Parts: sequence; C-alpha cells; structure tokens
Amino acid sequence: MIRAEGLVKNYGPLRAVDGISFSVQPGEVLGFLGPNGAGKTTTMRMLAGFVPASAGHAEICGFRIDTQPLEAKRRLGYLPEGAPAYGEMAPGEFLHFVGRIRGLGGSALGKRIDEVSARLQLGPVMKQPIETLSKGFRRRVGLAQTILHDPPVLILDEPTDGLDPNQKHEVRELINAMAAEKIIIISTHILEEVDAVCTRAIIIAGGRIVADETPEALIHRSRYHNAVSIRLAHSADLAAVTEDLQQLAGVDHTEVDAHEYSVTAFPKPGAALLTVISELAGARRWPIENLRLEAGRLDEVFRNVTTQDAA
Amino acid sequence: MEAIRIIAGRELRSYFATPLAYVFIVIFLAMMGVFTFYLGGFYERGQADLTPFFSFHPWLYLFLVPAIAMRLWAEERKSGSIELLMTLPVTMWEAVLGKFLAAWLFIAVALALTFPIWITVNYLGDPDNGVIVAAYLGSLLMAGGFLAIGACISAANRNQVVAFIVTVVICFLFMLAGFPLVLNFFSGWLPTAVLDAISGLSFLTHFNALSKGVLDIRDVLYFLLVIGAWLYANTIVLELRKAD
Repeated sequence: MIRAEGLVKNYGPLRAVDGISFSVQPGEVLGFLGPNGAGKTTTMRMLAGFVPASAGHAEICGFRIDTQPLEAKRRLGYLPEGAPAYGEMAPGEFLHFVGRIRGLGGSALGKRIDEVSARLQLGPVMKQPIETLSKGFRRRVGLAQTILHDPPVLILDEPTDGLDPNQKHEVRELINAMAAEKIIIISTHILEEVDAVCTRAIIIAGGRIVADETPEALIHRSRYHNAVSIRLAHSADLAAVTEDLQQLAGVDHTEVDAHEYSVTAFPKPGAALLTVISELAGARRWPIENLRLEAGRLDEVFRNVTTQDAA
Repeated sequence: MEAIRIIAGRELRSYFATPLAYVFIVIFLAMMGVFTFYLGGFYERGQADLTPFFSFHPWLYLFLVPAIAMRLWAEERKSGSIELLMTLPVTMWEAVLGKFLAAWLFIAVALALTFPIWITVNYLGDPDNGVIVAAYLGSLLMAGGFLAIGACISAANRNQVVAFIVTVVICFLFMLAGFPLVLNFFSGWLPTAVLDAISGLSFLTHFNALSKGVLDIRDVLYFLLVIGAWLYANTIVLELRKAD
C-alpha cells in the first residue's frame, strides 16, 4: 500500500504542493493528472524519497520514506521525469548496475535482464550507449530499470512521453498486465491514457487534489454525459431539427454547430434521450449522417476542475 | 559496503568509457615529466632522490584534481541521473564514498603510472626507497584531500566551470594556509593560537613532511580527517540541495 499524509512542499515562499493525502491499494492504477506546474512531479518525488516533504509524510508498503528510506526504496520502482540514465552506459550495463544495487546478481540477474529487455523490446540497442538512443528507447530503458526487481509498487512519471502511438500502446499493455498484483501510480497529461490504463484518477491543481474518482465517474461529471449528438446531411433543415428536439420532454437545451452541421441535445437530469430521439428521427425521416450518445468529455471535465479551483 | 563497491565500479568504468580518463592520464604524465626534468632539474642536481618530482605534485594537483572532481556531482545533477541514484536503495554515505573512491582510485592509477621515474632513479643511483614510498603515499593522500574538497563543491553546483574555479581557489587557500600569503590576511586581528591552527591546516606543510620520508601518523591522520570532513560536508550539501 502507498499512503500520503498531508504532503506539503514549499520552495521558498512558493507552496508547490499544498496538503496532498491519499492511499492506493494493490490492484489499483492511479493516474495523476494536472496542468503543468500543478505539483504532480514534486508529489511523486516526495513519494519516491527524492525531495523531502516540508510537512506530512509518505509510506510505501508500511515503511516511511523519510525514516526508513532503504526499506521503502527496495519495494519501489521509480521512473523519474524524463527517464534519466547514465548516458555513456549501454542499456545492458545500466540494467546490470541497477540490478546489482538492488541486490540481484549472478544468473538470476542475467535472466531477469533478458526478460525485461524482451518485454520492452530493447534487444537491438542493448549494446549502444544510452545517450545515442532515440527518446522512445531511452524511455523504455528507464521503464526496464523500474520493473527489473519486480517491485510491489511502481511510480512512473510520464511513462509514455516521447513514445510513438505503437510504443504507447505497448507500454499501456505492460501496465495493464502488471496492474492486478501491483500498486501503480502514473502521471500523465494525456487524458486518453487515464481511460486506457487507470482504475482511479486524481486531478491536482495549484498543489491540491481537486478530484479523486474513477475515470468513469470523472467522465460522468461532463455536461456532455448522456447528451445525444446528431450530424445531418447538408440537405436537411438544421433549424427545424433543432426546434423539434427542443419540443421533446427530456431535452433541457440544445447546442448547434453550424460548421459541422450538427446539433447536440442535452438531457434534463435523469432523462434518457437516445431512444426518443432515434424514434423521432425515424418518424421525421431526418437525413442523419451520424447519431451518437455522448459518454462525456474528459478534457472538458479536466478544464473545468483545474481552472475553477485555481482561480 | 557492497553498494559502495558497485557505485565505485560503475563510476570508474564511466571514466574509461569517455576520453576523459585517457586525456587526464596523458596530461598528468606529460606535466609530471616537464616539471621534474625542466623546472626541477632532475639530472642537473646529481642526487639520487625524487625531490624535484614530488615537490611539484601539489601544484599539478591544484589544477588537475579539480578537473576530475568538478564533474562528480555536477554531472549527475545536469543529466538528472542524481534522481535515479538517490531513489535507489543506497544511503547518502554509500553514494558519496562510492563516487569519491572511484575518483581517488583513478588518480592512484595515474600516479602509479609514473613508476618509470622510480625505475630511472634506481638505475642511475642508489636512492632511499623508503622515502620514495612515503612520498608516494603522501602525494596520494594530498590528492584525496583536494578531491574531497572538489567533490563537496561539485555537489553544491550545477555548473561544472563554477565548481572547477571555486575548487581551485579553496584548494589553493588550503595548500598555502601556513604561508604568509594566507597568514598575513589573518595576522594582527586574530590571536596567535588561531593563527597556529590555520597554519596547521596547510596541505603543503603536511605533504612536505611526508615527502621527506617522515611518515608521521599525525600527517597521515591530518589528510584522512580533511577527507572525512569534506565528504561529510558533501553528504550534507547533497541532502539539502539534491533536488534543486
């Protein structure tokens, strides 16, 4: 288990992190979201024991990072922001070094390095100096280092930054595969990632937690949740369709996008619109190109919670 | 202990992975030769000892050791690998000692490569090899002192050039602490006891004793204490500033 208790970090007069508390259980993948400068990286550094907290404390598997740092760090795989490594070393040597520091050795370490490098597809670059590698490979070398000792806790600061879509997919698969038995915290500013891998999302703004929910619950906060969008062929009368929609009992209001030639109907609380609208559309023979039920928009929720609380 | 060995090993290999090690060794040996034969008048003196060789070590170390030390922590900071190192299960002392010992061992290797001069002097005459061994030991201890100062300064700076210059200045002051250049600054307003204490800190005084073959335990202890004190300061500086 990971526990953070009232973590605070001051940089001179600036309060970067302002009382963050949460705990994460095994099997949970926690996504850390927030605008740049919100305190994500500082919080993760305090959890990993790199930055001492100005107040509060953090615990990893029951060991406090400030008073029992070695015990805590043994149970942790940490990917710092930017995945730093020793540039003159080749990934093979680098992993060997980290493995030995972590108490692995001999054939067990060799076998583990083989497994991890196969997992992250480092095969072709195992003998090249890390500083000559592409950003994607460097990131994967960093990830390899975090999972080398098979730790119960992973803290990954932007694990997919700089990866191409295929590589992102691979890393997400990796995280999903490890999710069941580990505690994983990732920070990201890619919202789709939260949906793809996280079971829980914490949004930070101005050094405080402004939301702590499942990704579904976050999406449900969106005003688009359960709204119905219709895109019409240009032959249709957009104004007439909009008027018809507004007549429906469950519709609260509508929004028209003239450029897209589409209209979105927002439901009154608790109303379900999809069936009534599709029936109406059939009856009126609207030339519909696309009709869909909106799940909600995470970027809109993100903007809402981070801007109103920062102000 | 194991962690110190692993960190030192990694560090030492990284010296040889870049041109740094080779450039340093070549310059170190070339300068040694120039100083000993031209400035020291090794042949002209007609004496079978290595005094001209060792008497220039402090001056050579003054510039070459800070060049090794400046990258110790500044480089880790710049590349961000310090965050990796400090979140691995190692203590601050293990990290500081591992990096220091690697650099010290490297200087020891460079120093050991001056062995031809020792062979030469034995071939040409009949020197007191006990004195030479003591002088080598003194030279290595003094290099360790310079290195510990440099490691601490390197930990306080992200900029390697600044680390280099500050280290050279501090080493220079430590070296000449017993000489008028430094003492005149303090004399007149500090009591004699303090002046004696300051002059007792002089690298040169302690090194000169060792290089004459006087293997006084107090001189050895002095250098070990200097190293210990600066490395302790190094751990404190890192603890305070590692994430800045």
